[in-house]
Amino acid sequence: MANLIAILAAALCLVMGVVVISARNPMHGVIALVANFLGLGVLFLLLHGEFVALIEVIVYAGAVMVLFLFVVTLLMAGTEPPKEGAGKNLPGQLLWAIVVIGALTALIGFVLAVRTVLTQPPPSTQAFGSITDFGRSLLTTYMLPFELTALVLLAAVIGVVFLARERS
Amino acid sequence: MALTIGIDIGKALVVIIFLQAAFGYLTLIERKLLGRFQLRPGPNRAGPFGVLQPLADGVKLLFKEEIIPAGVDRFVFIIAPMLSLLGALMAFAVIPFGAPVTMFGRVVPLQVAGPGLSLLYVFAVASLGVYGIVLGGWASQNKYGLLGGLRASAQIISYELAMGMSVIGVLIAAGSANLNQIVGAQAKEWFVFPQIVGFIVYFICAIAETNRAPFDLPEAEQELVAGYHTEYTGMKFAMFFMAEYINMITVSALATTLFLGGWHGPAFLPSYLWFLIKVAVFLFVFVWLRATLPRIRYDRLMAFGWKVLLPVALLNAIGTAAWVALVHP
Repeated sequence: MANLIAILAAALCLVMGVVVISARNPMHGVIALVANFLGLGVLFLLLHGEFVALIEVIVYAGAVMVLFLFVVTLLMAGTEPPKEGAGKNLPGQLLWAIVVIGALTALIGFVLAVRTVLTQPPPSTQAFGSITDFGRSLLTTYMLPFELTALVLLAAVIGVVFLARERS
Repeated sequence: MALTIGIDIGKALVVIIFLQAAFGYLTLIERKLLGRFQLRPGPNRAGPFGVLQPLADGVKLLFKEEIIPAGVDRFVFIIAPMLSLLGALMAFAVIPFGAPVTMFGRVVPLQVAGPGLSLLYVFAVASLGVYGIVLGGWASQNKYGLLGGLRASAQIISYELAMGMSVIGVLIAAGSANLNQIVGAQAKEWFVFPQIVGFIVYFICAIAETNRAPFDLPEAEQELVAGYHTEYTGMKFAMFFMAEYINMITVSALATTLFLGGWHGPAFLPSYLWFLIKVAVFLFVFVWLRATLPRIRYDRLMAFGWKVLLPVALLNAIGTAAWVALVHP
């Protein structure tokens, strides 16, 4: 049962991922990306990451994508959606496609090759994925990466304030 | 196994049907109350005291011609009201509306589902409901619809943040993100007293999240006609309408669960009746505010959300955390 759900969710993610980059209408791309995030949430749930799954849906599907929608709506206001076939025949697109697909295949192969080395025993404790467990590991084991991320976000906030300030 | 699944499906159906009926009569009660507030009787033609008015409205909406304007994105135009209603109905699934009862020789909790992090689930589903409004406004290809959708997305994002912050105090005080355990923690004392700041911020945000007056900017009729649902007719319009009222019921039910002790109450009434009474009080306040307060200006709405509610909610969360850590280990 869990395997079937995992396969369905992964298929949803993949199909929606393809729709995101192939949709001519950016609005459809945004909707597909939201569906993709929901599928990702299901996959997190199946890995016992309840907290991560729900936060992923709240932050990415619920907040970040609404801002995407905001920007797309404003930019598309009053313009016709692009016609089918527009933007084809970019110079060297076949070459680039081959390069990117080759690089991705190599990356997946690399991950599969080192996975056996990095594989850890699956978590067995009941608390795994709970808020308590998540918070504790964030503030003990992963303290440094957590604080560094906070620093990056702080820099971004200061940057936004700087860019958006009123110029007299 | 089959009985468990049967009971679950039964509960889901009961909740969905109850919410539809509650929506119908909430519209009637709102119109009646607004009438009284304005010294007029309100709807009183269909049936005694107008009790058949919701049925008349429903039949009228069902038989109305469905108009899809020319040049709209048909797919998005049709799914937008569905998304709105889906978000509204799904959020109620985890709210415990009564003490567990014994049925067919087993204990049945009075809620459709009780996942471990049910509070976060409500927020996750509620945050998806805004897509219906934004997509509906965009798909209509109408400037009023577009502006209404944009206002809705900005407003809901801003107030969702303060709303999420305002319940962190409850979460810390109860030591759990599970709505059942939060209700259980309030058996002796309701959280509304120690968490009065969180409660006030939550309720203001709840009004803004449901686009109700005085925060009904996305559908401000004087400037935006009807906002995001200007181009919608028939049942598609009814679905947006239903979503708004069911969202009102859901935020009231969540306020009851988080701050007013959920279904707890003196034993002379069954627990689900206590729950209904508390939710009804919130719904009355929603109508009361609509009849009393004028709509506030858009820039002041945003400034209020970001510069007042968010810092206050943040301070409340920090204060509660400090109190629990220092005084109440």
